[in-house]
Amino acid sequence: MKARLYLLAFALLALMPAPVRAQALVADLSDHLIAITAGFAGTDVLLFGATEGEGDVIVILRGPEAPVVVRRKTREVGIWVNTERIAFSGAPAFYRVAASRPLDEITNAALRARHQIGVDQLRVVPERELTPTKFNSFRQGLLRNKMREDLYSDEVGKVSFLGPRLFRTKIYLPANVPPGSYTVEVLLVRNNQVIAAQTTPMFVNKTGIGADVYDFAHRHAAVYGLVAVLIAVSAGWAAGTVFRRA
Amino acid sequence: MHLYLPIAEVSLDVFVLVGLGAAIGFLSGLFGVGGGFLVTPLLIFLGVPPAIAAATGANTVIAPSMSGVIGGLRRGGVDMRMGLILLAGGLVGSAASVSLFALLRRLGQIDLVVSLSYVILLGTIGGLMLSESIQAWRRRQLGAAAPRRKLHKHLWIHGLPLKMRFPQSRLYISALLPIGIGFSVGVLSGIMGVGGGFIMVPAMIYMLGMPTSVVVGTSQFQIIFVSANVTLLQSIGNQAVDIALATTLIIGSIVAAPIGTRLGAKLRGEQIRILLAFIVLGVALQLALNLFLRPVDLYSAQTIVQGAMLPDDP
Repeated sequence: MKARLYLLAFALLALMPAPVRAQALVADLSDHLIAITAGFAGTDVLLFGATEGEGDVIVILRGPEAPVVVRRKTREVGIWVNTERIAFSGAPAFYRVAASRPLDEITNAALRARHQIGVDQLRVVPERELTPTKFNSFRQGLLRNKMREDLYSDEVGKVSFLGPRLFRTKIYLPANVPPGSYTVEVLLVRNNQVIAAQTTPMFVNKTGIGADVYDFAHRHAAVYGLVAVLIAVSAGWAAGTVFRRA
Repeated sequence: MHLYLPIAEVSLDVFVLVGLGAAIGFLSGLFGVGGGFLVTPLLIFLGVPPAIAAATGANTVIAPSMSGVIGGLRRGGVDMRMGLILLAGGLVGSAASVSLFALLRRLGQIDLVVSLSYVILLGTIGGLMLSESIQAWRRRQLGAAAPRRKLHKHLWIHGLPLKMRFPQSRLYISALLPIGIGFSVGVLSGIMGVGGGFIMVPAMIYMLGMPTSVVVGTSQFQIIFVSANVTLLQSIGNQAVDIALATTLIIGSIVAAPIGTRLGAKLRGEQIRILLAFIVLGVALQLALNLFLRPVDLYSAQTIVQGAMLPDDP
């Protein structure tokens, strides 16, 4: 009977969320809502926080997931053509990592894989069974393309400590940052173990006239098309008439 | 100064866009071609998604064509009758291209068919234009008495029925000919997603035998309708027209269109044809290089936007 009671207490303790036991990690963003206005040309988000006790901090920013089709070209009779396509799911639209020290000094492979720390650890799922070689080359192709567009980066940003407890990092969002719901995962790592973790949401939204135009284009597509034609026709008309006077 | 484009979802420099628009306007004023073949790849290079680049390019082209036609009408440089007949063929052709597109896609390798037919077609047209216009130019340089200019060569096609008079082009030919040309260009442009002005203009000069002075205005006339049609279809089907992008490009294009027109008025017919031949050959060469050279990355990735219709292969 007593043993059972101990077991129950132990289980309850284990089930309690981490922050209740000890506030080992607190973090927040300077801005949870990134507004894409007409003049948007990229921006920095600042993440800051405090840790309790020893450890390193890793920050993972992930954009909304969307299916991606990867195509491979092969040479057929001297001409390069797309011959194979594989759709992947689970690829975030945007991905960045920052850490207080080089990743291989503070994490082992198992930990990086479990928390998808680093571009090479992203878990993308192909639509059908593939041989390991093929899976790998298509996956690498996907990551390369995303990195070329600056949507992924294999560079690890710097999380800097101010004193023993306070930390901060700046993550740059380029102008082509995709709109949607993002998550910022902050991990406190010690001896290849995650001591504490916190996930914060972040939203990238179009606002102002840009959002109105987008809404209009999707809700009243035909009217939008007519307006587009009318703008072009009247601009051309005006220019043609002004040119006659000049 | 950056402008965030709400549909394309990228932020681009306004001055770059106005400059690109100026290139469209200049080409339109000088040659009567829309410039879609130039602008679409450049917009893609700047980071605009391919479907949006093509649709917005079509929207942009309307403006310089419109101002060109207004100027052309005053100078008598638009053959309305010819334009309407080409347009009728073109609209039927682009409608037919939809089912041809589906057929080719079922067979696979639509890209290949499109690129190869363009390389062959443009290579032939450009080569013929270049050799013809260089000959004409050299004759003039040598001061040799040019052979008496014929309005056009008499070929079997001129024996076709349904003959019509085109006073402005000084032609008396079968209406089937412009209908057929309009139809073929419509099919090609429907598949390729460009206006097809750079095929239409050589076809008007060499196949119909229209005078260069009427070709530019007539081409611009029918481009207005073809592009308006593309803009509407793309807005409704794909929501792929970016008004902010189009408006910025239009500003550049309407400023540069008169410059092109003025330069065109100063140049001789064969000089314009030499320049256009180089452009046509350049496009053919670029398409050929894409086919034959090893791409930088064999793999390409395309994010699937939920709810949007996207071409099977960009």
